[in-house]
Amino acid sequence: MAELVLISTLNGVLYGLLLFLMASGLTLIFSMMGVLNFAHASFYMLGAFLGFQISRWAGFWWALIWAPVLVGLAGALVERFGLRNVHRHGHVAELLFTFGLAFVIEELVQIVWGKSPVDFRTPALLDFPAFTVFATNYPAYKLFMLVISIAIFVGLFVMLTKTRIGLIVQAALTHPHMVAHLGHNVPFVFMAVFGVGAALAGIAGVIAGPALVTQASMAALLGPILFVVVVVGGLGSLQGALFASLLIGLLQTFAISINLSLSDIFAGSGFTPAPNTLLGDLWRVSVAQIAPILPYVLLVLVLIFRPTGLFGNRET
Amino acid sequence: MSDAIATPAATTPAQTGIARLAPWGVWIVLAVVLAALPLLFRSGTALTMLSLMGIAIIFALSYNMLLGQTGMLSFGHAVYYGLGAYFTVHAINWAIAAKLPIPLLVMPLVGGFAGLVFAILFGWVSTKRSGTAFAMISLGLAELVGSSSLILRSFFGGEEGVTTNRTKLLRLFDWNFGPQIQVYYLIAAWCLLSIALMYALTRTPWGRMCNAVRDNSERAQFVGYNPQVVRYLAFCLSGLFAGVAGGLASINFELANSALFSAVQSGNVLLATFIGGAGHFVGPILGAVLVTYLQNMLSDVTEVWQLYFGLMFIATVMYAPGGLAGLIMMHGPIWRAGALSGLFGAYALLLAPIALVTVGAVLVIEMMTHLGVKAAEGTVMKMAGISFDAKSGLAWVLALGSLLAGGGLALLAWRRGVAPAWDRAQGKAREKGLTV
Repeated sequence: MAELVLISTLNGVLYGLLLFLMASGLTLIFSMMGVLNFAHASFYMLGAFLGFQISRWAGFWWALIWAPVLVGLAGALVERFGLRNVHRHGHVAELLFTFGLAFVIEELVQIVWGKSPVDFRTPALLDFPAFTVFATNYPAYKLFMLVISIAIFVGLFVMLTKTRIGLIVQAALTHPHMVAHLGHNVPFVFMAVFGVGAALAGIAGVIAGPALVTQASMAALLGPILFVVVVVGGLGSLQGALFASLLIGLLQTFAISINLSLSDIFAGSGFTPAPNTLLGDLWRVSVAQIAPILPYVLLVLVLIFRPTGLFGNRET
Repeated sequence: MSDAIATPAATTPAQTGIARLAPWGVWIVLAVVLAALPLLFRSGTALTMLSLMGIAIIFALSYNMLLGQTGMLSFGHAVYYGLGAYFTVHAINWAIAAKLPIPLLVMPLVGGFAGLVFAILFGWVSTKRSGTAFAMISLGLAELVGSSSLILRSFFGGEEGVTTNRTKLLRLFDWNFGPQIQVYYLIAAWCLLSIALMYALTRTPWGRMCNAVRDNSERAQFVGYNPQVVRYLAFCLSGLFAGVAGGLASINFELANSALFSAVQSGNVLLATFIGGAGHFVGPILGAVLVTYLQNMLSDVTEVWQLYFGLMFIATVMYAPGGLAGLIMMHGPIWRAGALSGLFGAYALLLAPIALVTVGAVLVIEMMTHLGVKAAEGTVMKMAGISFDAKSGLAWVLALGSLLAGGGLALLAWRRGVAPAWDRAQGKAREKGLTV
């Protein structure tokens, strides 16, 4: 039991931090432009595939540097030549634009790398068990992911709160016109934030690529969960995004490892519903089986009891 | 179907004969067209496609009650479509098993009812928020229902879904709905009814309040309406019609499976509605017809048809946010001012550059596809009867060249030809007092 709790906690925190890497970019972009970037998970996927391609040519470490840079540049271009033009048609048009973009990126990835998963391996340098607890080997690569995620989180936090750049970004969030009057190029700040947000998703893609499966459907699989994180945390709240990321990371990891169903819990009661009925289905389904829908259940619950999200305070 | 359709009350009572039918002209024409279409397109594939178009029209119009009329962007409209389909299939199976005298004709009502009930349930949660948050919640709910459908196997039938037999129900007028033509007429009848009802809804005070909430929800509140209630009502009615569409789809395929809930389904209806034009009532109808046609045609011609779809969608969002209907309606005042002919000359200038861009883009995409997905087949590919090497520099130079040259020429034609011609035509319309 202790083993399960420890390993699940580690994995859950890791998954949560990975979610936060993406949710932080998404939240920053949202607070700044009011656009929820539907294609954010696509940038994550692009990061994973570019990481795979570059690591084939030049090794994993170069991929870790260049893939996020390229994804960030792609993000900046999308903002400059796409979103900025759509902006005058309103937020719905912007959301639709990123929706179409997600569609196109998925198709392009399928064209270039095919529909089946690619063989993105962990680098040889990190391909060993870091430590062993209760006879379970914990891979060093996962530890590396943990370290990278925390480092980026701390770096982002310091940059936003302690540096001049962070000051300008924060000011542009709330008072874009004033910042522009003070002589800062606000459209450029917007483009840069969009690019950095995309790059953060790209980093998440590169480091998650070898651990999870790198395939053309990875954006569609992760995207909805990402939006749950942002809505549950409260749209536009960075603390909320961190909290919700960890919550959903832990929730899902723990749920997957619990193979318990109602029929196990009430095994002694002698009550067994007929197999082919709704109640029978619910009776026999295990917690692990409903793990994929738990984030959405959480979403519905949060919306009923706290419609602005856990840390949110603004209506959109 | 614009404001040009007069209400019966507006006409003088002294009308006789055929003039009395005039206010209903559009609907009579529509009914005749729907009835006559199978006589024009006789092949089996055409009939199947017409049936699919009818279903898509209802679905897209129901979606536009949210997007176009009330300004709510939903990424999970397929939920009500899918649930409508499942409940219809179960109702048909149940009626067959219990030997109930219920004709197939009314079965889509079951789907509509299911759509309504679940929209009442889910709408209560999701319409608490508007805008972006509403969009995200609709996406989350769609995932919730989609994943749950795989767990509750007894009702949703797991991966295979639930099948039915539409011919075993009570027969009216000796129609057993075995042949596709009979199913088409069933769909056409429901399609006509749904279009008429949804159009009528837009003309009610509530329909106008929906538009007010879309345009400025704060002012709508000052008038004394609760925007949340208006949104909730729109959501419920939209679920009802989506359920009818789903019911018809399940009758058409004699099957309901979990693919009905997929994000692809929700995405397609959004694409169809927006490409057709969310701002006008006819927009979704145009969009549904076009998108269904392209889906069936393009998927035969190219493997990456969804990419073309995505690009078309992005182009619409960026350059024609009013969609097809918006583009057509823009020309209304100019047509009435009699200045349309001057514009057509300018448009003709655009034809060649657009053709060049299209050819270039299609070549680039298809060559990429050939080198990527179909790498195993070698580099030689065939398009429009011409074989060429997808890796040859010449092919790429030609493709990119025509893409860039076409783009440049289009820009030139736009600035020198179309934009001034448009201004002139608009000026003429304004002179005649027709506001543009």
